[in-house]
Amino acid sequence: MKKVKVFASILSLLLMVGVFAGCAQNGEEGKDEFNYPTKTIKYVVPFNPGGQSDLEARRQQKPLEEKLGVNVVIENKPGGGGAVGWSELVRKDPDGYYLTGMNIPHIILQPLARENAGYETDQVNPVALFQGTPIGLAVQPDSPYNTLDEFIEAAKAKPGQIIVGGSGTYSGHHITLMQLQDKTGAEFQYVPSQGAAPSLQSFLGGHVDALLANSNDLVQQEENMKILAIGSKERFESLPDVKTFMEQDIDMTASIDRGVAVPPETDKRIIEKLEKAFLEIAKDEEIRAQMKEEGFLPLAMGAEESKQYINEMKDKYSAILEKVQAEAK
Amino acid sequence: MPADFIAALSNIAQPTNFLIMAIGVGFGIIVGALPGLTATMAMALLVPFTFTMDAVPALMTLGGIYVGAIYGGCIAAILVNTPGTPSAIATTFDGFPLTKKGKAEHALVTAAFSSAVGGVIGAVVLLLLSPPLASIALKFGPPEYFWLSIFGLTIIATLASGSMLKGLIGGGIGLLLSQIGIAPLGGEMRFTFGLYQLQAGLSLIVVLIGFFCIPEVLSMIEKKFSQHDSINYKPQKGIAKGIISDLIKKPILLLRSAVIGAFVGIVPGAGGNIAGLVSYNEAVRWSKKPKEFGKGNIDGVAASEAANNAEVGGSLVPLMTLGIPGAAPAAILLGALMLQGMRPGPELYINYGDITYTFLFSLIVANIVMGVMAFYGARHVAKLINLPVSYLAPMVVFMTVIGSYAIRNNITDVIIMILFGLVGYVTKKAGFHPGPIVLGLILGPIAENGLVQSMLMGKSAGSMFEVFFTRPLSIILIILCLVSAGWPLISNLRNKTPDKEADANA
Repeated sequence: MKKVKVFASILSLLLMVGVFAGCAQNGEEGKDEFNYPTKTIKYVVPFNPGGQSDLEARRQQKPLEEKLGVNVVIENKPGGGGAVGWSELVRKDPDGYYLTGMNIPHIILQPLARENAGYETDQVNPVALFQGTPIGLAVQPDSPYNTLDEFIEAAKAKPGQIIVGGSGTYSGHHITLMQLQDKTGAEFQYVPSQGAAPSLQSFLGGHVDALLANSNDLVQQEENMKILAIGSKERFESLPDVKTFMEQDIDMTASIDRGVAVPPETDKRIIEKLEKAFLEIAKDEEIRAQMKEEGFLPLAMGAEESKQYINEMKDKYSAILEKVQAEAK
Repeated sequence: MPADFIAALSNIAQPTNFLIMAIGVGFGIIVGALPGLTATMAMALLVPFTFTMDAVPALMTLGGIYVGAIYGGCIAAILVNTPGTPSAIATTFDGFPLTKKGKAEHALVTAAFSSAVGGVIGAVVLLLLSPPLASIALKFGPPEYFWLSIFGLTIIATLASGSMLKGLIGGGIGLLLSQIGIAPLGGEMRFTFGLYQLQAGLSLIVVLIGFFCIPEVLSMIEKKFSQHDSINYKPQKGIAKGIISDLIKKPILLLRSAVIGAFVGIVPGAGGNIAGLVSYNEAVRWSKKPKEFGKGNIDGVAASEAANNAEVGGSLVPLMTLGIPGAAPAAILLGALMLQGMRPGPELYINYGDITYTFLFSLIVANIVMGVMAFYGARHVAKLINLPVSYLAPMVVFMTVIGSYAIRNNITDVIIMILFGLVGYVTKKAGFHPGPIVLGLILGPIAENGLVQSMLMGKSAGSMFEVFFTRPLSIILIILCLVSAGWPLISNLRNKTPDKEADANA
């Protein structure tokens, strides 16, 4: 059995090389007059290989090929926290053969924070959202603060002296801290790192007092930290003992959500077909169980629902950013 | 644990496992040899296929690719002066001059042997010393990264080869180029000229390909038309034996390089490129004949290659013990581990001891397999440069275009590569060495991040001095910076007598 598996792996490796070389293969002819898809679909990940968005896309690749009946090729187009990939997406032909992973709040915050991000949030045309990553707040394991209340009170007593680490400026983590400051009146010193892994490293090394981190990192590092709160709406299944912000009387949620998008003006029937495939995968029990195990929240939002969600988030984030920028002046 | 060790050895000895790992090593070498195609990319391609594999062959294959690709980078570095992966930057300094002298095989055999030795040492360090080293890695905070990058910049003195002023200007240009794109901490766009494509900044590999490769191709063509003096290689017997017995007599060189490589590796974010450069610098500094470097000294190739392969083991230390990927290929391995339901950290050794030790031992074996393949391949690979320029030049140019496109699937990168190629050609004619420019480009972001984060920490603590100058590791790094920057003076005083003797002998 083992041998068969290994040989299958070698075989698939060779096949992969074929796919990599760009051997497009025509799928079966559709039965209805609307004939999509018939050729290889490119699925762009606007981040580096090995990141969560990349891994998720690679997890979906095979089931997508099965459901759509054509090859799906994954391509990484990293840069600018995803902005380079989304800038390209909104300029592509809306023929349904070019998809790009999308992350919320990234697609919202970049056009808000930068003058020339290369795209507008509304141009990123959602197909589905399939994964949520609630953001949590943790302190050092030997920290004097045991509850969110104690932590907030301490920050109020010495404004700007408690250092909170997170990934990036105008990132999901940054905006979460802005929200927390806004809701509580406490003031922290934010120290951004280039990504979640370096900020986690900074925290484990004791260079920051507290950390804003994604749920998967919190699940992985649970024993090395005290988690004070998490940004999910309800208790997060993989961290059942951690209270939400809401439960502790701070009215906020915080999350990074992953999905997939197509260029603007894409035919509705194409979106529907893709939506169906992505949602079937998102609802697959085995995949949902894997995600939970790894510390993610499985989602299954369709195109319309995703659009609505993005708009809600956009209003929320614009309000926070405007307020912070007004205060800065 | 002994049971895990035995299980590990029998896992590796299984023919199918061993075979698939060896295929991984071979695949890695090929990918690594092609400029622009990286270890990360090769491994990412394989990840979906590890779904269907058992954990043991999956991890062994990925490890094999990693090891192979880091070695493979030296092939292009030696033959056409282009680092196949950024790890091989320092290999170009002496590797290509050796090729020019018709000694391509010397360089390739040196690289094969040193890579294998360095790689094995790095893997042994990972196997035996992970927990204490991981805790050192964690002590590296923003101020330490800042001082580490300043220490790195002192290497310019070595790389400048001749004109210190040109070296410093080159380093400054590199630092400026590293500023292009979104400011890492402020979030605003810098020097993008309004082009959204530039917001991601310059890709190091794209600049490397342009800077190192295009000028070489252009001078290759130039030479063909001006004189009949092209590079060639004649197979000779006994090269390999001579090189290896020569290298065995220099255990300190190999050991020092491997230790530097492994140590740089455990610091997350500092990769094989820095490992190779620092180790090269130390090889020059401790050599009795520093002037021979850069002109085709096999010690230069040995130092760089031993260090960058040792870095592989080092970069896995924070991953295996803490779950923090220290380098991009390590991030792929993290994903692969998670897909197998294995959570990196102490749990890995306790709950999955057999699989974990299989992986760690297999890295040692992979390095040996790589060494053997590289050793026997050296002669055949060296013959490539005997191709007529009319075939070789277009082939290399074709590779540079493919390579710079592949790195981010971005056509802008190809244009940038060509632009840098032309700039590189002009600056080379003007006597600038590409080393300092690339060094500035590598270290700029690390220095900037460290500086700004440290300043934010200082603002919160109320004292900048305390943050920058009172932390123990920082003090060590500051002393290293001072010694390194002052070394030319010290070595002048120290070497006065031996230099005279050497002259007298000559």
